[in-house]
Amino acid sequence: MHIMEGFLPVEHAVGWTIASAPFVAYGLYAIKKRVRQYPEQRMLLGVAAAFTFVLSALKLPSVTGSCSHPTGTGLGALLFGPAAMAPIGLVVLLFQALLLAHGGLTTLGANTFSMAIVGPFAAVALFRLARSLKLSFAVSVFIAASMADLLTYVTTSVQLAWAFPDPQGGFGASFLKFAGIFSVTQIPLAISEGLLTVLIFNALKRFNPQELQDLNVITRAEVRA
Amino acid sequence: MKRHQNFLLLLAVVLLTALPLWLVQKPAADAVGQPVELFAGADNKAKDLIGEIDPNYRPWFKPLMEPASAEIASLLFALQAALGAGFIGYYLGVSVTRERMQREAQMCAEKKLSAD
Repeated sequence: MHIMEGFLPVEHAVGWTIASAPFVAYGLYAIKKRVRQYPEQRMLLGVAAAFTFVLSALKLPSVTGSCSHPTGTGLGALLFGPAAMAPIGLVVLLFQALLLAHGGLTTLGANTFSMAIVGPFAAVALFRLARSLKLSFAVSVFIAASMADLLTYVTTSVQLAWAFPDPQGGFGASFLKFAGIFSVTQIPLAISEGLLTVLIFNALKRFNPQELQDLNVITRAEVRA
Repeated sequence: MKRHQNFLLLLAVVLLTALPLWLVQKPAADAVGQPVELFAGADNKAKDLIGEIDPNYRPWFKPLMEPASAEIASLLFALQAALGAGFIGYYLGVSVTRERMQREAQMCAEKKLSAD
């Protein structure tokens, strides 16, 4: 989902940066407030950041014959709320843009928007929806994390199609082409990310039930179960 | 059951990653006779597609620093993954130990109570 350095026209690059900025600012405020209120949650916040760090470094092969990577933003979004992931995702993307020439500074706004804003907000919304439909905790986590991953790549396709509409077919045709590259490749990876997120939640539920309860991720009854 | 479930989850992830390597057929050489690169990055494919849709587009900014070679790039990616995995491992290790100590402390307290 990394749009490469310089590969968005100036107006788009500036526009996506302006669109992402308030989310990052609010996320920083939310994280600061939480750490001040619950200093003991700092470690878990580190885990959320570390999870994104690991997963976005792993480029996995897919059935389309190309490689892509998961995003790892679902875990943090479910633990700390979607806004908290905006600055965390930005840090990961900045690391890759500066040191790895993967993504870029001019496309940082657009990449932050897809990976660190759309993904986490989708994760939280879908998790709440799944829970309200009485789906089990594990299934809800799986849906939230895998869809956050997939929708990040759909967003990248929208961004690119908007910037580069097809000369004949316009936005729609261009979107289908980009989605063909990104979204189809991403389907098995999104499933993997969903499964890995369930795995880490299983561990947290077993060894850190108190923290999850403090974060309102699970209820008291589920801790005992 | 739980342990079983975790094992199955891991197995599924390994299969999802390994099966494409096997299932995807190596594509035939393209029109110019160049072999098509298999399992290239999707980001690169998107870049090529931009070139197809708008051949006149020129990137207007270059990365400030590029990894000196593919090996250096994989070093940095490995470093990124190792830092993250290391931290998660540390946290889980602390959590497992803390949970066990809590349980042992509780058992001790219960024994003491029943002895009294």
